[in-house]
Amino acid sequence: MRMPDIRLKGKAIRLGDNISTDLIIPGRFTYLRSNLPELAKHVLEDTIPEFTSRVQPGDFLVAGKNFGLGSSREHAPIVIKMSGISAILAKSAARIFFRNAINQGIPVLLCDTDRINSGDELEVDLTGGVVIDLTAGIELRCSKTPPLMSAILKEGGLIPYIQKHRDFRL
Amino acid sequence: MGKTLAEKILAAKSKPDASAGDIIIAKVDLVFVQDSSGPLAIRQFKELGFDNIAEPRNSLVFLDHAAPSPARQLSNDHMSLRQFANETGCCISDVGDGVCHQLVAEHFARPGDIIVGSDSHTVTAGAFAAFATGMGSSDIAVTLALGKTWFRVPETFFINLSGSFPEGVHAKDLILYLIGQIGADGATYKALEFGGAALAHMTMPQRLTIANMAVEAGAKVGLFPSDKVTQEFLARQGRGDSYKPLCPDTDAHYERDIPLNLSELEPMVSLPHTVDNVLPVSKAKGVKIQQVFIGTCTNGRLEDLAVASNILQGRKRHPDTRLLIAPASRQVFIQAMELGYIRSLIEAGAVILPPGCAACLGLHQGVLGDDEACLSTANRNFKGRMGNPEAMIYLASPATAAASAVKGEITDPREIM
Repeated sequence: MRMPDIRLKGKAIRLGDNISTDLIIPGRFTYLRSNLPELAKHVLEDTIPEFTSRVQPGDFLVAGKNFGLGSSREHAPIVIKMSGISAILAKSAARIFFRNAINQGIPVLLCDTDRINSGDELEVDLTGGVVIDLTAGIELRCSKTPPLMSAILKEGGLIPYIQKHRDFRL
Repeated sequence: MGKTLAEKILAAKSKPDASAGDIIIAKVDLVFVQDSSGPLAIRQFKELGFDNIAEPRNSLVFLDHAAPSPARQLSNDHMSLRQFANETGCCISDVGDGVCHQLVAEHFARPGDIIVGSDSHTVTAGAFAAFATGMGSSDIAVTLALGKTWFRVPETFFINLSGSFPEGVHAKDLILYLIGQIGADGATYKALEFGGAALAHMTMPQRLTIANMAVEAGAKVGLFPSDKVTQEFLARQGRGDSYKPLCPDTDAHYERDIPLNLSELEPMVSLPHTVDNVLPVSKAKGVKIQQVFIGTCTNGRLEDLAVASNILQGRKRHPDTRLLIAPASRQVFIQAMELGYIRSLIEAGAVILPPGCAACLGLHQGVLGDDEACLSTANRNFKGRMGNPEAMIYLASPATAAASAVKGEITDPREIM
């Protein structure tokens, strides 16, 4: 796995509040969970039916509050990552999803996303925790990620982190 | 400064002065996977390159979500999980044994334990004063390998319970009411801790129902103290030696205090498509229901089947309403048979499903049709949850579910008791 770039650039794809893991990857596709490329074809299909044809590598998912509530299925951040999304921006994220996304090496930035519209060009500074909406001309500050999570993210996720360190390092 | 229950449990397993906000590494007492997230967890475990799992005797595999399997891919996943259990020596619970959280409650959870499972409703075991929380498969794979994991010690909301349940009002109504009050993200990253005068009369099944849904308010854990009720439950399960008393310090610091008087509650229902979309049943009466589902880790226990069987005994389900019932475990199923509940339910027109997750997550055993409505005793009503994004899911207590099965529409159970 590759370390995420420090500065990311891409377009915003907007979502609303309370996007559950059932909306990200519905339970009815559980039979595809050992076939991730097939599973990934269904990412967000109950929310944005044209999502997989619309998403471009490097795009950002921009959600409202409580993104990723529900199940512990790590398949949710996995299929988001497989679609080419480089980072998730949300007003708040559910606990398990937040941890799972970091464990999959996909950054989740918590900031006030209200003024970001679909299609806006965004620049995200992962190190500084800053989101610049170039279209709207606004700059947003993100809440800080705990150092252990930043270290996991830096290694590309929890599995590569443990492969390297063989233990947690506080 | 005194400690909350969450701080007490986590401090005992990491460092004595651990308090809210700290990041700690703690030894885990029980780690488990289930069949929908387990296959990924074992692939990740293999990627880690550890020869063995750290604590085979404290590591469990449950086949409950697709049980029995409705598809060859899931059957193959089951095969790989059985093989993993064989190779590593961890305990496996196979198809028909029941829902992982119910089996953890019956046979494994102990006061003071740290329990992590690859399922969000792992919080259920918080009813035992165990720090029990759901995690994704990477975290579970690493816990299998290391026997420990990291936590951020959560701040706690104290839910001060007083009064007693009126006739027709149950634990499910309490937790739906609370989630309606604080919101589906009201307790994100927090611990919910339940206490107060009402606890002395609150049974373990009631506590399990409430703890089970803590995650639906965003909470990391839903904790009850370990007391006489816990002790008696463990003794009945032949696990009396697992008991130890555990309660918060009297000078513990809570981020919020939320008083809740049971006597003022009424039957509640959660409307589509979020769990916090809660109304009293009296304000949602009359919605036509095509399927009633009683079961799951939330409400598939013996007390729940007793309530349903009491209401349905001598009555029939409405002809337009299917009635599906899944006991949460083999033990529940056997006891419900011995007590005659299963016979009453079948005579009322119920289909009895095997112990397991059944219709809850849209894999099998009761997938909804387009525009159909289901009244379920489960814990989630997200769009698409029961296999069809065009369907509507309402959540309520087993009493409301049974009454609604009789009338064919959302019904206040107090009307027909």
